[in-house]
Amino acid sequence: MSLSESLRSVTSGARSVSRLGEALGKQSRSVRWSFGAICILALYLLPWWPNVPVLGWIVETPGTSFPSVLTDQVVIFVLVALGLNVVVGLAGLLDLGYVGFYAVGAYTVAILSSQHANLPWLLCMPIAVLVSMLAGVILGTPTLRLRGDYLAIVTLGFGEIIRITANNMHWLGDSRGISKIATPPSIGPLKFTVLDAKPYFFLGLTTILIVIFLLRRLENSRVGRSWNAIREDEDAAELMGVDTFKFKLWAFAIGAAIGGLAGSLYAGKVQFINPSNFPLQLSILFLAAVVLGGAGNMWGAVVGGALVAWMPERFRGFADKRVFVFGVALVLVMVFRPQGLIPRKIRKERWLESWKPSTETALGHKE
Amino acid sequence: MRDWLIYRTFWDLTVTGVALGSIYALVALGYTLVYGVLRLINFAHSEIFMIGTFASLITATNVLGLPMLEAGQYPYRTGFQLVLILLACLLGSMVLSGAGAVALERAAYRPLRGSGDQFGAVVLAFVSAFVVGLIFFDTPKSNLIFGIIGTGPIAWMYLNIFRRGRQAPRLAFLISAIGASTAITEAVAIWGPRDREQYQTPRVLEKKTLFKLFGTDIRIDYVIVIIGALLMMTALLLFVNRTRLGRGVRAVAQDVETAKILGVNVDFVILITFLLGGVMAGGAAMMFTLVYDQSKFNIGFLLGVKSFTAAVLGGIGNLKGALLGGLVLGLSENYGSALFGGQWKDVIAFVLLLVVLMFRPTGLLGESLAKARV
Amino acid sequence: MKKSTLLRVSAIAVSLAFVTAACGSDSEGSVSEDTVVTEDTAAAVVDGVTCEGVSIAFFGALSGDAGNLGKNIRAGADLAVSEFNTANPDCQVGLVDFDSQGDPAQAPALAQKAIDDAGILGIVGPAFSGESKAANPLFDAAGLAIITPSATNADLNDNNWKVFHRALAGDDKQGPAIASYISKTLAAAKVGIIDDASEYGKGLADIVKTTLGDAVVASDSIDPKAADFSAAVSKMKEAAPDAIFYGGYYAEAGKLAKQLRDAGVTATLVFGDGVKDNGFIEAAGPAADGSIITCTCADGASNAEFAAAYTAKFPGETPQTYGAEAYDAAKAFLAAIAAGKTDRAGVLEFLVTYDAAGVTKQIKWDETGEVAGNAVYAYKVEAGVISVVGLIE
Repeated sequence: MSLSESLRSVTSGARSVSRLGEALGKQSRSVRWSFGAICILALYLLPWWPNVPVLGWIVETPGTSFPSVLTDQVVIFVLVALGLNVVVGLAGLLDLGYVGFYAVGAYTVAILSSQHANLPWLLCMPIAVLVSMLAGVILGTPTLRLRGDYLAIVTLGFGEIIRITANNMHWLGDSRGISKIATPPSIGPLKFTVLDAKPYFFLGLTTILIVIFLLRRLENSRVGRSWNAIREDEDAAELMGVDTFKFKLWAFAIGAAIGGLAGSLYAGKVQFINPSNFPLQLSILFLAAVVLGGAGNMWGAVVGGALVAWMPERFRGFADKRVFVFGVALVLVMVFRPQGLIPRKIRKERWLESWKPSTETALGHKE
Repeated sequence: MRDWLIYRTFWDLTVTGVALGSIYALVALGYTLVYGVLRLINFAHSEIFMIGTFASLITATNVLGLPMLEAGQYPYRTGFQLVLILLACLLGSMVLSGAGAVALERAAYRPLRGSGDQFGAVVLAFVSAFVVGLIFFDTPKSNLIFGIIGTGPIAWMYLNIFRRGRQAPRLAFLISAIGASTAITEAVAIWGPRDREQYQTPRVLEKKTLFKLFGTDIRIDYVIVIIGALLMMTALLLFVNRTRLGRGVRAVAQDVETAKILGVNVDFVILITFLLGGVMAGGAAMMFTLVYDQSKFNIGFLLGVKSFTAAVLGGIGNLKGALLGGLVLGLSENYGSALFGGQWKDVIAFVLLLVVLMFRPTGLLGESLAKARV
Repeated sequence: MKKSTLLRVSAIAVSLAFVTAACGSDSEGSVSEDTVVTEDTAAAVVDGVTCEGVSIAFFGALSGDAGNLGKNIRAGADLAVSEFNTANPDCQVGLVDFDSQGDPAQAPALAQKAIDDAGILGIVGPAFSGESKAANPLFDAAGLAIITPSATNADLNDNNWKVFHRALAGDDKQGPAIASYISKTLAAAKVGIIDDASEYGKGLADIVKTTLGDAVVASDSIDPKAADFSAAVSKMKEAAPDAIFYGGYYAEAGKLAKQLRDAGVTATLVFGDGVKDNGFIEAAGPAADGSIITCTCADGASNAEFAAAYTAKFPGETPQTYGAEAYDAAKAFLAAIAAGKTDRAGVLEFLVTYDAAGVTKQIKWDETGEVAGNAVYAYKVEAGVISVVGLIE
């Protein structure tokens, strides 16, 4: 075992996780299913983790309420990271203004349930998702013809335009924001009250699981394969007959919809939003979450989102210095693990099986 | 409110717009140079500008010993003394910004290109040790000592685990840049003597009106900024187009592999590119403090975003495009603010960018550092 | 192999170090028990009340961009608590910090934490209007009394929050006072209005604008994050008003004052309470001279007893903006504890009938939580010093 190799194995705990995954893949179906069920159950019990001896000491957030951090930050960041991962990780489009879609979702719910109408949250939420999706299409149609870094600055501008417009338009509540936003309806024992964050967490976690399920289906479909092709080499993909514009627009719209969904959940939980909830820096944090976890890998996005949301709260003791530490950590992770904590596996063989032979050149293109 | 027709303040807005545009243009050059050579958005370039404003401040107060106020008034200087002070500040800003840009390249980007060296390892190791030190110590001094002691072994370790010869994906560069930008900003905010408060720079230049043009006062500080920016840009264009090193920069911008085969030292050329960008940002920073007499830990962020917008507007990778983009942005922001109200300033800037890119997808002048000609 | 073992050990050591950090961070949110002896014995003395684990909390920014303002407020509350603890050795009240960084997104989770801590009987804060709107619904649902020493936004009081109290008058009192000062005392016929498009700045500027009516000849908004305000400056220069009111915070006010004066604008500059900070003087330099600053806050430094006690506790410092209000707010809670109210409902009930002389004014609240009286003070900047001129009629 060489020196550098041993060091790398020490620094990357993530690798052992993926080995565990491989080992599980070899097990029978029932073993895999029960393992998954236990994991999901453990996730639903997350708000109680701080009560478990050693584990609790690791995860708890001193100085702030753990269940509230889970709902206000972690759930939102994970959902947003999943959505942004579609845009950045799967389709390879650099989006620096993702907070715009998040804001559109939150504002749609706020306007429809408090500012200008009194619709229930359950009705507002799908409308918010649709409106965000529409915003994605409206922004994407003219801009997705641009390449790479032009797209980055244009999306960044879009995020700012949304925030400034909300800040200066009376109809959108201007800088005072919108309060008294409707909460989700109570279902049986799940009562969505101001003082109990747990029901919101269960709702958020369920949403995340559904989104993950749907995204997995999508990733393995024709759409997902087209995204792969576009990301690896857009020209080649175009040459092979992939309608790159259409699929890029799909990625943008789906990403935007998930961002809007996160926004609607946030608005329903906090019941008050104002433009300063959606600063430009948040877009950058979202992107950092995706790339830190491993762009293109859904599990990476989940881990990255959760870490970026949870870490500053866990290390509140650093107070003023936590943002500095976060910046240093970003550089170090990128220098020593540029593919992120949980890198995307390149499952070339499987793609080749299910892909038309004519596109092999496009996929043979390694990053 | 709408009775404030733009024509009544048109020339006023034009002068201030051109001055601000010149500063945008100088900072935009840094983005455009690095992008032209590396195809990388150097997100931390805004912090290089911020370092420049502080360098100017330190030169004026700590090195030259200028007071903030003299008997309740600004410490105005005149004649030869004034010129010397301004030149000293300019030099200080350029040196520190240039050095900062080079350090940034070697510590935060070069290891990602698969050619991390001792310098990068030492900087990264020091920062890591410093962060670990934060856990044990509360005072910056003991932290520093801990950081310095820890640097040696960690640097040695880092040198061993640098991923030599393996290029990281492009997104990784961007995140590293964002991380570096955050860390630099926060470091100034935490350990600077005034924390997150605004800093003032001593005002040595009395802002006299030189002459009137179309009924508008033309102030001396604006004249210095506009002329200074033009001079610096001309110097840069001459360097890139007329010198051996400049040819190397253009060669790498055109085709890295071919340049390498032809014997160009690519890492050195990249270093020079960052240095040039840093020096331009330093110049911009000094002029900025001349007009606005202030600095703050986060002063670079918004200005950086705007300058990057200017670079894209003109055609990123195109040196003259940066100048044009900066001026167009500065002017349209001013006119737009007068028409629609200052709160819409950024919206105007971004909508303009969007419209330009619709019709000219590679910016006003197109991207072409490699083909730049005077 | 030996080498790699060594490295592995050091890697473990590093991870351990991080773990220790986690440990160290536990101290955040813990109770600070200062026992600085001050000569002030005005604090109430408790007889036979047990206050095991009882504390009040500060809620606001201690780090981040607005951290300095929060530190001023916390200092005022801290002084009141340590005076109380000195006077009552048998009843030690703690002061718990909740650092929101002024960010409404962080506020709900912090509020929840404060609510979960049953020992906390009252909140001095939330410091800003934005975080108030995010956190106050939670405090209201939990019945945890809040007294904000600084959030002056006018519409905070019409939310039917029964726990809401303010230790100073809101912007709905300040705005008309500013307008009256501009039109009567300054006798300005033409007025220019600038705001920073923030909740506080625009809210206040709009009230002033509506009250002044036709006298307003030009108005504009600026982006506080930008460095250059030349569009607004050009507009004011063209309109040549007699007075200019700026609604916003001190850092931008300083930059704006300088740029206005550089452009040759000679109008009297008028500002709201967000500018009452020495940072304004530092940022504006000589350009600040002659400016008028209004504030619903009293001049803490002018109360000699309070100022002396403050300097005794924080050597070399004088009370800053909102410090005196925070002191009064904390005093109200401490009086409740001294009266034997050691549960939240009791404290809330106690505040309804609370009526005592504070450092800033007589402290008693109406049913919406607004403090009685609507005193607005005018301050003037002369030779780099902010000094009080007097009450505005």
